[in-house]
Amino acid sequence: MKKDIILCGVGGQGILSIATIIGEAATKAGLYLKQAEVHGMSQRGGDVQSNLRLSTEPIWSDLIAEAGADLIISMEPMESMRYLAYLSKEGRIVTSSKPFVNIPNYPDEEALQKELDTLPSIKLDIETVAKDCGNPRGANMVLLGMAAPAIGILSVENLRQAIATVFARKGEQVVEANLKAFDAGVNAGTL
Amino acid sequence: MKKLLLGDEAVALGAINAGLSGVYAYPGTPSTEITEYIQSHPLAKERGIHSRWCTNEKTAMEAALGMSYAGKRALVCMKHVGMNVCADAFVNSAITGVKGGLIVLAADDPSMHSSQNEQDSRFYAKFALVPCLEPSNQQEAYDMMAYGFDLSEKLGEPIVLRVVTRLAHSRAAVEVTEPKAERDLSPSTDQWVLLPGIARKKYVKLIEKQDAMKQASAESIYNKVEAAAGKTGILACGIAYNYVKEALGSDANLVKISQYPLPEEKIKALAAKCDELLVIEDGQPVVEELVKGLLGAGYPVKGRLTGDLPRTGELTPDNVAKALGKAAGAVFAPAKNMAARPPQLCQGCGHRDVYAALNQVLADYPEHRVFGDIGCYTLGALPPFQSLSSCVDMGASITMAKGAADAGLFPSVAIIGDSTFTHSGMTGLLDAVNDKANITVIISDNLTTGMTGGQDSAGTNKYEAICLGLGVEPEHVRVVVPLPKNMPEITRVIKEEIEYKGVSVIIPRRECIQTFARHARAKKQ
Repeated sequence: MKKDIILCGVGGQGILSIATIIGEAATKAGLYLKQAEVHGMSQRGGDVQSNLRLSTEPIWSDLIAEAGADLIISMEPMESMRYLAYLSKEGRIVTSSKPFVNIPNYPDEEALQKELDTLPSIKLDIETVAKDCGNPRGANMVLLGMAAPAIGILSVENLRQAIATVFARKGEQVVEANLKAFDAGVNAGTL
Repeated sequence: MKKLLLGDEAVALGAINAGLSGVYAYPGTPSTEITEYIQSHPLAKERGIHSRWCTNEKTAMEAALGMSYAGKRALVCMKHVGMNVCADAFVNSAITGVKGGLIVLAADDPSMHSSQNEQDSRFYAKFALVPCLEPSNQQEAYDMMAYGFDLSEKLGEPIVLRVVTRLAHSRAAVEVTEPKAERDLSPSTDQWVLLPGIARKKYVKLIEKQDAMKQASAESIYNKVEAAAGKTGILACGIAYNYVKEALGSDANLVKISQYPLPEEKIKALAAKCDELLVIEDGQPVVEELVKGLLGAGYPVKGRLTGDLPRTGELTPDNVAKALGKAAGAVFAPAKNMAARPPQLCQGCGHRDVYAALNQVLADYPEHRVFGDIGCYTLGALPPFQSLSSCVDMGASITMAKGAADAGLFPSVAIIGDSTFTHSGMTGLLDAVNDKANITVIISDNLTTGMTGGQDSAGTNKYEAICLGLGVEPEHVRVVVPLPKNMPEITRVIKEEIEYKGVSVIIPRRECIQTFARHARAKKQ
């Protein structure tokens, strides 16, 4: 079994934290893992993405091939469609519904949402959900929760444990806040 | 024990566990994390392994060579273009030879994710006549450090270790070994004095070592043959091997190449049983050209030069699969509601205020040009500022502005970051002072090396002293604080210094907002 995931968003939105948590969970679960990410110039408010490959068998390529991704997990709706060529015809998009507008030519929002609805996607205003559960900085954990059932190769409990491990050094409160955001995502995403 | 490591971290830990005594480096994507990992590693701290950032790649290379002279193992790390900066020292280190193992790590950036060119560091290894190791995965990157240090000491030569972005910045589990002890201090008793009479003898020695280098490649565990049926033989270099295996699995008829000089006999044997060879390499067609020479004009060799793979850009599973004749899967049509999202300066960044002021003043001088340099502030070339006419290499802003001023251009303005200035701008400023060039230099000082994530900047707190020491007139070294509320003062200072006929330096100084936020968080905890 394998799961190829593209994580994407805008530099600074916290996609690398999502990658770290999935990476931790996969390592604990004894899966093979490769995770390619982009550092440097593109992190400054530009589009960013990470290729995450999980498998029960050894993995060769660090990059996902076109039409190969089982899942696109995106912190931003337009960014969720930037990598469409990499999405498998059976794949799914899990994305934040709220645009991050830092460019003058951002597409018409209504048309964008409509186009997203024509694709195999689920979307949610993760920032509002994060705020509602008292963790405004936890939008990326809400998104991870939404995507958790679709990740499949890892259980929801695997991911919860990884969140606890990754945030442990920041204290119990931070762990609890992030788990709460994650759980809110799990519940919202499966509705 | 298995550890999840970035390619860069695998290199770093491999080096520490191989008995490293010092890493010497200047930050540069995608190599930065190697030195950062060593800086924060407990064993490296306990052993006092040198890991402080250097002023540039040349000082790094020379210091590492000095440590090797003293008998200890040293690592130099840089991005590919850093090889140009340290080339003098690097090429000559092959002539002096080494005592303690010396690995020169070059992180190439095909596709220019964060670079200004796609140069391939394997050319440098060949140019200097030294071996090159090119790991295909994180495990090899780790293992090749101990292997490379041993090889370096055995041959008495530096070893180039070439990685590419997709290995440097990709994570996988690595089997980690127990750390070895450092080597003792045992300075060389040989003279490394490259006077012509001595250099000629040493150069002959280097030439004589070429057979031993070829032998090492021929016997290397990293150059392996995988035989299968098929008329096309594949040469899979470095990470290309992964893309080939992804596409063909065990059906690949190939020689995997991860150590140079080329394993010629293995390549000839593959050519003999096939009708053609396909060379798959990330970067420039180094091997493709060499193999054409090796096999003669009549033997068909395919690769980037023949268009079977793209001439530019990095390898991907897709372009490799296509070159191997694999059909692509059906893909979704590209999204209609899509726009490019280029990187930009952070909101609240001091460079923004500098460009806003500069643009305002220069609007009165239609003939002006601003020569840029390398760092976050290069983004001043893009909207909304579009202030820059050039960005070529580290330090070029000052010297290009000087050359343009020599030609009569006015106003000729240079903008350079603090770290880039100490890296390669100081000597150019001295030229400008000596020539009384009519230029205005802006050293946009954010107290860090921002572009690569906020490493220490070599000249922090020394910029006025450096400029005065180089001979800039004291009344024309001006310091301002780049904040929107100071706009009237900043524009007045810029205007005054442009009007001054000579070298002036303006230093807008305010901490990078990223490091500022990080420091604030650290204080809170």
